[in-house]
Amino acid sequence: MSGENILQVTNVSKTFGGVQALLNVSFNVRQGEVFGIIGPNGSGKTTLINCITGFIKMDSGKVLYKGDDISRKAPNQIANLGLTRTFQIMRPYYSLPAYKNLIVPLFSPRARRTGGWRGGGKLGDRGTVSIDILEEIGFERDSFVPYKLASSLPTGYLKRLELARCLALRPDLILCDEVFSGLSMSEIASMVPLIEKLQMDGITLVMIEHRLRELFRVASRVMVLNFGEKLTEGIPEVVMADERVKEAYLGSEKLLDYTFEA
Amino acid sequence: MDKNPATAERRKERLDRGIKVRTEGIYAISSWQEMCYLVLPRLILILGILLLPFMMPSLYWNRVISIVGIYGLLALGFDFLAHYVGLVSLGGSLFIGVGGYLAAVLNKSFGLSPLFTIPIATLGGAIICTLLILPALPLRGVYFAIVTLMYPLVLFRIIEALNILGGTDGILGVASFPNPWVEQYLILVIVIIALFGLRRLVNEDIGLVFRGVKDNDQAVKASGLSITYYKAIAVFITSALGCFGGAFFVHIYMVAGISLFALDYSVIPIAATVIGGGGTLVGPLLGCFILVPISELLRAFGTLRIVFYSVILLAFIMFRSEGVMVYAQRKYHQFERWVKV
Repeated sequence: MSGENILQVTNVSKTFGGVQALLNVSFNVRQGEVFGIIGPNGSGKTTLINCITGFIKMDSGKVLYKGDDISRKAPNQIANLGLTRTFQIMRPYYSLPAYKNLIVPLFSPRARRTGGWRGGGKLGDRGTVSIDILEEIGFERDSFVPYKLASSLPTGYLKRLELARCLALRPDLILCDEVFSGLSMSEIASMVPLIEKLQMDGITLVMIEHRLRELFRVASRVMVLNFGEKLTEGIPEVVMADERVKEAYLGSEKLLDYTFEA
Repeated sequence: MDKNPATAERRKERLDRGIKVRTEGIYAISSWQEMCYLVLPRLILILGILLLPFMMPSLYWNRVISIVGIYGLLALGFDFLAHYVGLVSLGGSLFIGVGGYLAAVLNKSFGLSPLFTIPIATLGGAIICTLLILPALPLRGVYFAIVTLMYPLVLFRIIEALNILGGTDGILGVASFPNPWVEQYLILVIVIIALFGLRRLVNEDIGLVFRGVKDNDQAVKASGLSITYYKAIAVFITSALGCFGGAFFVHIYMVAGISLFALDYSVIPIAATVIGGGGTLVGPLLGCFILVPISELLRAFGTLRIVFYSVILLAFIMFRSEGVMVYAQRKYHQFERWVKV
């Protein structure tokens, strides 16, 4: 667990107009761990991922990935280095069948370089490779599901498709933006082993989550953001015992108590 | 619109035809029926296009067929860019102008024969057009359309104001094709190749990337692909089609004037796409085969021509807004019947 740092984020700041979305956020992710990022709504979690992956230009700060500075790189360059992300609001290609969705990442320079015959496996057929990846991620191989249009798939499959797009790039690090949100309890229950399997395959995961119970099952360390600032970081039990974290999470409940008293 | 609207007692039922090949499996070669189902429409289209010069042997109609071919290439390019890459381009007249002037200059100043000017103008013109449009590629929707519309207007004024490239008179005396048959079949064969080439392309892996860019460019970025690069490739393909049309046009009329930048080349392909059915690729081509000859037939009405033309366009948009080809494909793949509820 105490591997080298694969991702080093130093003093990342970002403002949108007058809103301070992120203020001097720093953290390190070690090789092979599952690192959780939690925080109330609007605390800057997604903005942080957008900054790291280059979708938003950060105002100041530095991101080192495997020791290289990636803070000024374009999103597609960063993805080609093996640092991939999922989107909180799923972004499949709705007009394409599920398995054809994966042909796009399999067409990327990284997949072509690392994935055998130009990204298409032994036979050079990207369709077969994408069906394999989909099976790995929980699409039933012998059913119609992988061949269905992405627009007709339910949320659970779309979330998996997001992960599958990352896997097609043969990533070293996946930034998961709320993969559990919007799923039913049974869907979440089947997602957790998937996350554990990815970790066992040697992929480092950074997970933004609101489903704390499921996150704590897989995450070794978590970081708490509040109003764009890092509150604390550590193993889940210690973090959740922290007064400031309770306040950030339960602040609204205090307000609720207050209104009851009034 | 429908003569027999559905009522509480009856409704129209649409059923897929019982043809196995619709499942896109290996069934295509399972029987003659299946094969004919696939091959016949394509064969009729190809033969129809190739036999056109025989069906309309007059010199006048031969020229019309050539013009239809040029518009067809532009419409194919427009449909490809708009429905498979997500770029609405009004650059038809830019492509025609650049390709046309390039071919004329190569022919007049360097003395090259059409055999060389057309390929050079096609590729060179496509490179020039792609470089011109490159800064606009991050734009989307109507903003991209405005930039592509601006270029032909600007080039038109530059040639007029600086009096270069023959100024308002144009470049006269460009070499023509050796005979009308070469002219006819060159454009018709290129149209067929472009049509089936593009149909193949959009289903290849790179075509899926193009469609991905249209559907969700953020996800393409996250997949490690540069969207600007793939948009540029798509614009290159489209402008190559247009520039070929321009070079061909210059050689059949033996003159390159500023009318090459006329807005017809930007607008008529869009009208043809609307009539033919966007996203089908073959639809816009058929749209050109409907629109351009109608425009010629209406010349008998003199100045009222544009009025009748507009009415026909309007009728198509009102009553067949999905497009002729989408309608025809649906009728081909499905049959309809009335059922009692």
